[in-house]
Amino acid sequence: MPQTSYVRTEMVPERAPPPSTAGVIGWMRTNLFDGWMNSILTVISLAFVVWVLLSAVPWLISPTWNATSLQECWALIEAAGKPEGACWGVINERWPQMLYGFYPEELRIRPTLAFFLLFVALIPVLFNMISRRMNWLLLVLVLFGATFFAAASVLMVAVQVVLGAALAWLAYTVVTTKAGDRAEAIAAGASRLPNPLIFSALYVFLMPWLLWGGPIWSPIGAAMGFVLGWAAYRMLAAVIGNLGAIIAAFLVPVVWWLFLIGYFVSALSSVLPIGLEPVDSRLFGGLLLSVTIGVTAIAISLPLGIVLALGRQSDLMIVKSLSVMFIEFIRGVPLITLLFVASVLLNIFMPPGTNFDIILRVIIMATLFASAYMAEVIRGGLAALPRGQYEAADALGLDYWKAQRLIIMPQALKISIPGIVSTFIGLFKDTTLVSIIGLLDPLGIGNAIRSNAAWTGIVWELYGFIAFLFFVFTFSMSRYSMYLERRLRTDHG
Amino acid sequence: MKKTVLLGALTAAAFAAGAASAATLDDVKARGKLNCGINTGLVGFASPDANGRWEGFDVAVCRAVAGAVLGDQEAVDFVNLTGKTRFTALASGEIDLLSRNTTWTFSRDVDLKFEFVGVNYYDGQGFIVPKELGVSSAKDLDGATVCIQTGTTTELNLADFFRANNMSYEPVPIETAAEARQQYLAGACDTYTTDASGLAAQRAAFETPDDHVILPEIISKEPLGPLVRHGDPEWGDIARWTLNALVAAEELGITSANIDELLNGTESPEINRLLGTEGNLGEMLGLEADWAVNAIKAGGNYGEIFARYLGESTPVGLARGLNAQWQDGGLLYAPPFR
Repeated sequence: MPQTSYVRTEMVPERAPPPSTAGVIGWMRTNLFDGWMNSILTVISLAFVVWVLLSAVPWLISPTWNATSLQECWALIEAAGKPEGACWGVINERWPQMLYGFYPEELRIRPTLAFFLLFVALIPVLFNMISRRMNWLLLVLVLFGATFFAAASVLMVAVQVVLGAALAWLAYTVVTTKAGDRAEAIAAGASRLPNPLIFSALYVFLMPWLLWGGPIWSPIGAAMGFVLGWAAYRMLAAVIGNLGAIIAAFLVPVVWWLFLIGYFVSALSSVLPIGLEPVDSRLFGGLLLSVTIGVTAIAISLPLGIVLALGRQSDLMIVKSLSVMFIEFIRGVPLITLLFVASVLLNIFMPPGTNFDIILRVIIMATLFASAYMAEVIRGGLAALPRGQYEAADALGLDYWKAQRLIIMPQALKISIPGIVSTFIGLFKDTTLVSIIGLLDPLGIGNAIRSNAAWTGIVWELYGFIAFLFFVFTFSMSRYSMYLERRLRTDHG
Repeated sequence: MKKTVLLGALTAAAFAAGAASAATLDDVKARGKLNCGINTGLVGFASPDANGRWEGFDVAVCRAVAGAVLGDQEAVDFVNLTGKTRFTALASGEIDLLSRNTTWTFSRDVDLKFEFVGVNYYDGQGFIVPKELGVSSAKDLDGATVCIQTGTTTELNLADFFRANNMSYEPVPIETAAEARQQYLAGACDTYTTDASGLAAQRAAFETPDDHVILPEIISKEPLGPLVRHGDPEWGDIARWTLNALVAAEELGITSANIDELLNGTESPEINRLLGTEGNLGEMLGLEADWAVNAIKAGGNYGEIFARYLGESTPVGLARGLNAQWQDGGLLYAPPFR
């Protein structure tokens, strides 16, 4: 007997959504014209955008790229029969100055190289999706490109050949290897290239050397301080115990950096005078100055801020009160005051003739300033962690540092990402404040350019260009923080 | 770094005693560079060209001193200073010479313990008005709105001038020269007042400079000059007489074009003494015999420098006025080289 079924046994075939909810029309209906109120707002906004573009675009498109003075710009604009237009000649003539300041022209490859290497060094720190080979490929690519700007010599040709071969081999392996196969091979114990973080660590010493020049022994000597500290810890830990060894590991490098490194550098330089031509800090300017101050201060203020935040939460009375005092003092004082201290007060306190680099002074002040804010941002993250997380770490038997490293900090930092990146962006923009102590950051350079008789009276073009430069940096940072938040999101939905 | 700070604290007392400033000349010679403080950018006085080389009327003084002391006008490290940082930079020894359109006043000379070595530009505060306003004298400005930079001596001079003439005005406070330009051109104020050289430079960059006039009244004295620290008279002498040499060179007709010819000896004993072919003036200063030659070769005599950076053929377009030689009715009067 045939069964009679009152329930549908097969699926109804899927139908296309109605045209009014799909495609461009659907998107516009839901996003732009959802009800009469939204429709009116959309029309008004569109009209506003069109109006802005109509007034800005004709001004932006202006045949003045090759002008050499404002007067010439006016003549060109008039010749083109336009009522008004931008004077792009100033950007064409002065963009190297706005990027590098007064850095010697023939040496500008060095800061450029340092800038590109910065990304190579940062990628393994910031992103975790690029393979080791890809990282080394990038490094070799940047170095290979840089060799073409260096003075031609037999040595340079040899370096080019070596780098070119390495580049070809790395590119070949990257292209031919499938990611899945490689992962299996690695799991099976295949030999890998060294961790690219090694280069990131070396970059810390490489960057100042590239920017300021001098003997190669200075960065090597600075790096040796860390090696010495580590060696002191390893040798003394067994003899005088952990705490003593930590103190020694802190003291040995400090003594080395303060007193011995000078002899080390001068001795080795007299034997093997390898180095780059030194460049005076005074010649730094423009975006180079902002990026140097910004990147250094950003890189140092994060660890310093973490330490201060932990110090403020600490049970140790002295550590806690020192941290609180530092944070509250720095936060209670405007950055401009600190910059004036760096530029004016230190000058008076130092013996005449001492050359305490002005950029270094500013970097130190900017770093201290940012680290105090950073400490409070991170303390916010720590405070947001439920008490149970701390108790769970204790219950697992982790000591303080292990608990911080494995349980507390990864969560607290994740919570603090928007605040941390805001502080970074703020710090980067604050670097323009150095123009008030006479350093020529992009704004200062802009002012200096406007003081040239040929360009007096230029406003929008220069400041627009500077705004654009800053926007590129701050917007990238902001996008990165959003990427990081997405990557570290562990909740569902 | 910590070492230097520590040392700095230790020696602060010694510094306060004035031990710092002895023998600037030896320091400069040992360094091989003159550290010269200049403006961060002022039309005609200090500005970088497209190659990053600083040029201008104040910069020329630095180059002349470098020429006199080191024989090389390029042996200068320029330190850009703002109005706030300039005096500390000089007092602390960061710079050897400050040539940054600084007005010579009693308190700066006496209280701040500096030594003005002369005046390289006699400036004064003036007014600019649109031509269509129909004003021909500052005395006609009763009831005008005035764009004025806050916190400067110009603000005080303005108040003095209007009170002395029993007139009233409405100030429009502004911060920078760029803002002043925008406000003035937008008609936010009837007139803008600042140093006359600054007004001329601003006007040169207007789209229609001829529609604006600078009124004839100059309501204040602003003698701008280079200065050095107290406590090293020898160094002060070098700066003072380098400046004098530039002025005297114009008076004596020595230019960068004919100086090599004059070096072969002339009829005029004063020219010979100045150029070091006769007498030992250089030795008295502790410099080479051809110190003044190098100073003049750096940028020419005073008149040439003026013409190149501020004169009527430049966009700034200033007449010599008070800055002419004394025979021409100006105030430039170099003491004799003897």
